Amino acid sequence: MTTAVAVPTETSRTAGTRARRRQRRRPSRHPDRPRMSVAGILAWGAGLLFFFPVLWMFTTGFKQEAEASTDPPTFLFLPTLDQYRAVLGRDFVPYLLNSLTASVLSTVLAIVLAVPAAYALSLAKIPRWRDSLFFFISTKLLPPVAMILPLYVLATNLGVLDNVTALAMIYTAMNAPLAVWMIRSFLAELPKAVLEAARVDGATWSVEIRSVILPMIAPGIAATALICFIFAWNEFFFAVSLTATQAATVPVFLVGFITGEGLFWARLSAASTMAALPVILAGWSAQRWLVRGLSLGAVK
Amino acid sequence: MTAQSASTAPLRDPEPRPLTRAELWKRRTPLLPGLLFVIALTQIPFLFTVYYSLQGRNLLRPDSGEFVGLANYGTVLADPLFRNAVTNTVVLTASTVVLSTVLGIALAMLLDQRFPGRGVVRTLLITPFLVMPAAAALLWKTSMYHPVFGLLNWALSPFGVNVDWVSQFPLLSIIMVLTWQWTPFMMLIVLAGLQSQSPEILEAAKVDGARAWTTFSRITLPHLRQFIELGILLGSIYIVQTFDAIFMITQGGPGQATTNLPYFIYQQAFRAFDVGEAAAAGVIVVVATIIIATFALRVVSNLFEENS
Repeated sequence: MTTAVAVPTETSRTAGTRARRRQRRRPSRHPDRPRMSVAGILAWGAGLLFFFPVLWMFTTGFKQEAEASTDPPTFLFLPTLDQYRAVLGRDFVPYLLNSLTASVLSTVLAIVLAVPAAYALSLAKIPRWRDSLFFFISTKLLPPVAMILPLYVLATNLGVLDNVTALAMIYTAMNAPLAVWMIRSFLAELPKAVLEAARVDGATWSVEIRSVILPMIAPGIAATALICFIFAWNEFFFAVSLTATQAATVPVFLVGFITGEGLFWARLSAASTMAALPVILAGWSAQRWLVRGLSLGAVK
Repeated sequence: MTAQSASTAPLRDPEPRPLTRAELWKRRTPLLPGLLFVIALTQIPFLFTVYYSLQGRNLLRPDSGEFVGLANYGTVLADPLFRNAVTNTVVLTASTVVLSTVLGIALAMLLDQRFPGRGVVRTLLITPFLVMPAAAALLWKTSMYHPVFGLLNWALSPFGVNVDWVSQFPLLSIIMVLTWQWTPFMMLIVLAGLQSQSPEILEAAKVDGARAWTTFSRITLPHLRQFIELGILLGSIYIVQTFDAIFMITQGGPGQATTNLPYFIYQQAFRAFDVGEAAAAGVIVVVATIIIATFALRVVSNLFEENS
């Protein structure tokens, strides 16, 4: 699971490296399993240190408020679901639903727009495809603050300020370039011979995409969708600028905790855990694709 | 004329070549929905930002919108608060990028070794990058940085450290959170670089009797260079845009100590409602980003050559 990188083909390997690779695949049952080294201890230490704040957030969500802010910190406590009940009782669900709507809708739309575009840019090889490809990526370099004012004015004029569909449209535009690049990198890996063999004579591009391309890159599409979902779910700037009471998403809910410091840490932790959990789980399950998505398909 | 302007403005492209043109448009069709959608929601708003930046527009005065030329740019560039925001942005971005790159390389080197539980450690290490930034920021502000109940002071109390992190070291507090979040990003990219090294070459170096350090500095580091560059440039572009952590932890304060450019523009637009000046500041940020982006694209495009 750790090797999401381009490795040479099996035939070009020496017997020695092949043997080592086999060991790595199932270290626990092999007599020559890797031993704990200095590097291993350091890595474990660093991993636990980096993870600790997340673990602390998770556990604090199950404390009573009195145990959440103590000096010294409370490590042992009787877990309670009170904070989760309190958060859900504070109308958290509409925010969750808005986040879910905005993230899922924008992810689906981004994929629907990106698959044909990536197809045109890699397999159909239209002229100046490289310019279009780099145009897509250049939009990722445009800071959101440079677009927010016209989007705000436009949304006001169209009466879609504080509208979750409008927010989803912006997320779609934010994620589509990333999806184009990522899907393009998957398409570029398809063996040309297989594509040619599967190509139906006279089929239109939409038929070809649906019947030939999609089945072949289904895992790549899933990975791309997860990456888009992660970015949309975590997005804060557009959400806090363009929504108010109706369309506010989960990160906007958390803004309510900025003031009243020190009073509701356990409740904040419960809310943060619920806010962060979907993406943590998505990211863990997509971790072999994460680097590819983050580097826009450049690094595998 | 680039391909995108030609494909978005078919009417402006009346060149004949009827045979190939029809075919070309047929081939371009799948590209168009995505391309037009992205242009409509990113490029057109940006053009409006440029337009607003030339106006004395204020949301509190509905009749405003008079043409003022470059006056907003003059005002913004002379504004000490804007200059302060530029300085903060540079310090914040540079420190975070340097720290997370160094830590990311170190962690990637560790993760490239074999040890029990390597997959688990990797999963633990990427988690900070996945936690919703807004939630992470609040978590650090309360549980970690609080002067009385914060874990940081508790952990450092044996060394006699007892400070109010957010008030006394606001910029450092933001940098630490961002470093915690971005180190996994750098680590993943560097790790991918390490694992894409050809085992044959490393084996050959070993057989030829090269020492570990020589192998690292002569083979591994040059190979990693482009991955590190890619990480630094992508990381810079994202970190320049940092907003969540500042909004949640310091609200740009105390005073203006942690106001970076995105937060400055946000305040200008949504607190002062001065759209003209906010837009001018936005345009300046874009110009600055384009300069960084030019380098970024060169690096991405180098990697891209190799893979295709």
